[in-house]
Amino acid sequence: MKTIVKHRLFWPSASLLALIVINTIARGSFVKITVRDGELYGALIDILRNSAPLMLVALGMTIVIATRGIDLSVGAIMAVSGAVSLQIIAGSDEPDNIGVVATAVLAALGVSLVLGAWNGFLVSVVGIQPIIATLVLMLAGRGVALLITGGFITTVNSEPYEFIATGYLLLLPFAFVLAMVIVAVVGFVERRSALGVLTEAVGINPEASRLAGVRSRGIVWGAYIVSGVLAGIAGILYSSNIRAADANAAGLLIELYAILAVVLGGTSLMGGKFSIAGTVIGVLIIQTLESTILFLGVPSAQSPVFFALVVVIVVLIQSPRVHTWGRKLFGGSRSRDSSKPSSDVEVAA
Amino acid sequence: MTTLDIAPAPERPSLASRYNTFMSRHASLMPTFAAIAILIVIFVGAQIYFGNFVTPRNISSLLLDNAYLLILAVGMTFVIITGGIDLAVGSVMAFTGIWLASLLAGGTPAVIAIPVIVLGGAVIGLLIGVLVQYFDVQPFIASLAGLFLARGLAYVVSLSSIKVENEAVLWLQSTRWHLGSWYITPTGVLALSVVAIGALVMHFTRFGRTIYAIGGNEQSARLMGLNIARTKVAVYVISGVCAGLAGLVLTAYSGAGYPRNGIGTELDAIAAVVIGGTLLTGGRGYVLGSMVGVFVYGTINTVISFMGAEQSWTRIIVGFLLLVFIVVQRAIVARAERRG
Amino acid sequence: MDQARPLLEITGATVFFGADAAIDGVDFRMFPGEVHSLMGENGAGKSTLIKAITGVLPLDAGVLTLAGEELHLHTPVDAQRAGISTVYQEIELLPNVSVAENIFLGREPRRLGMIDNRTMRTQASRVLAELGLDIDPASLLGSHSVAVQQLVAIARAISADLRVLVLDEPTSSLDVDEVAELFRVIRELQQRGVAILFVSHFLDQVYEICDRVTVLRDGKLVGEYLTRELLRIDLVHKMLGHEETALKSRSRAPAADGDGAAPFLTARGLTHAPRIIGADLDIFEGRVLGVAGLLGSGRTELARAVTGIDHLHSGVIMIAGADQVFTSPRKALNKGVAYSSENRRTEGIVAELTVLENIVLAVQADRGIWHRMRPARQRELAASWVEALGIRPADLDRQAGTLSGGNQQKVMLARLLALSPRLLVLDEPTRGIDIGAKVEIQNLVGELADNGLSVIFISAELEEVLRVSDRVAVLRDGRIVDTLATAETSVDEVLALVARPSQEDEALA
Repeated sequence: MKTIVKHRLFWPSASLLALIVINTIARGSFVKITVRDGELYGALIDILRNSAPLMLVALGMTIVIATRGIDLSVGAIMAVSGAVSLQIIAGSDEPDNIGVVATAVLAALGVSLVLGAWNGFLVSVVGIQPIIATLVLMLAGRGVALLITGGFITTVNSEPYEFIATGYLLLLPFAFVLAMVIVAVVGFVERRSALGVLTEAVGINPEASRLAGVRSRGIVWGAYIVSGVLAGIAGILYSSNIRAADANAAGLLIELYAILAVVLGGTSLMGGKFSIAGTVIGVLIIQTLESTILFLGVPSAQSPVFFALVVVIVVLIQSPRVHTWGRKLFGGSRSRDSSKPSSDVEVAA
Repeated sequence: MTTLDIAPAPERPSLASRYNTFMSRHASLMPTFAAIAILIVIFVGAQIYFGNFVTPRNISSLLLDNAYLLILAVGMTFVIITGGIDLAVGSVMAFTGIWLASLLAGGTPAVIAIPVIVLGGAVIGLLIGVLVQYFDVQPFIASLAGLFLARGLAYVVSLSSIKVENEAVLWLQSTRWHLGSWYITPTGVLALSVVAIGALVMHFTRFGRTIYAIGGNEQSARLMGLNIARTKVAVYVISGVCAGLAGLVLTAYSGAGYPRNGIGTELDAIAAVVIGGTLLTGGRGYVLGSMVGVFVYGTINTVISFMGAEQSWTRIIVGFLLLVFIVVQRAIVARAERRG
Repeated sequence: MDQARPLLEITGATVFFGADAAIDGVDFRMFPGEVHSLMGENGAGKSTLIKAITGVLPLDAGVLTLAGEELHLHTPVDAQRAGISTVYQEIELLPNVSVAENIFLGREPRRLGMIDNRTMRTQASRVLAELGLDIDPASLLGSHSVAVQQLVAIARAISADLRVLVLDEPTSSLDVDEVAELFRVIRELQQRGVAILFVSHFLDQVYEICDRVTVLRDGKLVGEYLTRELLRIDLVHKMLGHEETALKSRSRAPAADGDGAAPFLTARGLTHAPRIIGADLDIFEGRVLGVAGLLGSGRTELARAVTGIDHLHSGVIMIAGADQVFTSPRKALNKGVAYSSENRRTEGIVAELTVLENIVLAVQADRGIWHRMRPARQRELAASWVEALGIRPADLDRQAGTLSGGNQQKVMLARLLALSPRLLVLDEPTRGIDIGAKVEIQNLVGELADNGLSVIFISAELEEVLRVSDRVAVLRDGRIVDTLATAETSVDEVLALVARPSQEDEALA
């Protein structure tokens, strides 16, 4: 029993389960799933479908955070990606042509890759702090997206493109299947190759890793490229869903939701060991929370208030000061491990 | 023992030594000088290109249009010099703005409503400051939480815009005090006053010097016996107050509160502050420099609209400028590190 | 000089870190107008004692008195208010504000609630002039050299009521003139009756400026002496001690030096100023080169210079006649040159990764991202090293950060040895490790050398260096003063080389 509780996925899974149970008690229809024309419908299915963009962005964020970095530009990259793909489709004579759609998607992903590589360059080569480096794109990115759409919200009517966000594959929403496949691929690559372990080493102790001969520059650069591409896919999902490129609304505030999902899943913001499965659970927790809030009748625009509260609770739980309070309240016994000096003043002698 | 009765004639310092003395005293002013230079270049360029750019009317409206950003930038300067960052100010501005409109529409007199919303901004700032100082939360996470809170609260106040018909508040914007062809509004006066107070506090109070100390070397500042905790929380409160005032100014300016205001405005403020010569790593910067940064932002905006181009170009150009400043800052730091 | 009563006195000082006593029952006193030096190697307890005196750490036992009155210090600010000020090696001042401001921060002269900058500058000028310093009070502190910043720190100390001044390694970054200037200021302070604690590893300077010396070893007081009555060599003896290890250590067959074989690696003129200057090394296969010298003599810097950790300011490294440029540890490892850092925690062990992951880290980094070692192979490799080096507990899936110091060191060794390097540079591999593990590692070095590996072995303990090495390079103040065959020298001879003052003529040595 103890090993189950101590497993790092325990608390995230338990929280998600608790949320589902509470919702089911509140509205029995929550777990009801109906089948129509070989497609599943229901509140749970909606959660799965809506989680796709955040799933991808949070996946990229997990890897970046593991290298002790952060990517604040993912929302802006989503906006640019949507803008690029929609411009190509809207500008063509055959918006329903699969070839056109494919070109649009590839172009959007190409641009996202370049943007991610740009972030990675600033961080790993020029040596700028990740917050600041990605802040630049966060500022300028939406402007670029607006330029691409000429200041308008470009709309399209393209069946293949719409399918990405609203279509079904084998009973489940295609968006969710796509996200899960990507998560599986990334997880596979991270753990089957040495990338995962080397990334963790770089995040935990960059200097020791350097001395051991780890080529950290490539690893950090790659992390931002992955984050960019994943944000690009999320942008395509988003624009496919609303059938438009809304440069101002695409991916708005998604950075914090992604960071929250990563933290809920057990990965530390300080970098190092990361858990993709944990992030997946974190994303599902967030989507379920959102669904709960909406069910309570709260307008979607007001839901950030609740999430602010969740962020505060989560960071408080991780805060060392709260740990000391907790130990004093519940610990009781004198802490034997006083091996750290009370101050971090370094004396050379 | 011989004594000299006549004091030796003082040497006239050579040009080289005068330069050295100047640089050793005012090296941190260099980035701000660069900002002023950029501003002048833009003005001159625009004047040449458009012909009637540098007019009293245009410059007066520069202040009018960017008063809200000026106030935000002052608060942001305080936070950034301590080495922190406040990503919530745009949303707090939107929240306090719509709250004000809502209170006024409900009949609350302006003399009560205005302090209330400013206090609201201060409270959100206090929450962020406490998280940063007492719970060791990184400033960007703590202020992102603040951003979420404020944005959500703005929509709680109202899901759509609320028009302002309160005479007092509208007076702040519509009144023009003329001086020849120049004019200024009460909001402009407010903005300039905030700048002046900010600059005075930074340079002439122990509180202000403690802010520089924290940014220079927090550990040293603590060893010197300065009250770090109170100061670090206070700068976020100040940023919140400024966001509240900016909400007032923006609402007066547009005649309405709008919950969707200020999206991305915190980035504009950060860009203005950095372009104005404040280091994002903390310890160096000037409130007056941030004012220059705001004017650079505003002028670029004006030039863009004069050219009839997309408004989004402003953010792109400002983003590019920000990047240049950051890279140069990094290069200077790298060179200093290598020498040391 | 008033030697009647000590100004500051601490008796029975004891501080525990966990279950170990960092200092145990230490007595220490300082007289007004005297310069007193605290000496001892790493781990001797110097920094702990200083932290206790300056209010950084509380005493677990012992009494501190200042001018006869008992003092209870909870924070460094308490110490400052009592008149005990410290100038740290890392200048704890603010580079981004002016000199005057640094001197008065927290105590600025004010007028009508606003800081009066002009008065502050005038007062700062006065304080600086009292010390005979010509520094522009309005200039930014960061625009000045470290030497000047230090003097400003001292000026800040005397602008308040100063009774005891602690100088922590003040001369590490100063050149000869700057040291002279500092000493002039110190003498000035002595005239005013200030008691000064001068902490430094530069023996010459200690003998030049200090009146009194207290030696600590392993947390205990060895003794207090007047510098004019204590020979250098006796001082070094007392600091390093003579450990007769009763434990068996494997005696190495004395290698015939000058086999005629060419060195595997040669280095000429290695310089990373100011810590290591013009070092020449010849590394032979299957031989151990020891590096001996006091703390601060450049031991670690030499190691880092030859293994690509630090950039060389000048000098050449050649392997098999071909010039090498090690711009990163990766490049050095590619040539078979590996470095094991003395900072196990910050530069060695990746704490949250397992023992297995730590051991295979370098091999994996070498193979690159896309060629992961099969998990079974990883386990095999790690297990074989765990057994070979006797890593305990032999649990591959334990987080490496939970191992004891000795076992962490073995994990680091395993990691590097798994690469089959040609040269292994070990920086303080036995520091902070229990005796049993120490001997194990020393024996291991011998075995590795017998198998053809070249080793550079750095340690503060001379006996250990001589026992393990075939030859020893003696460092003093950043230069290699001599390289001797260990079979033909003794601890005393090396001690003499280490302790010899630089100015003395060789004829007088």
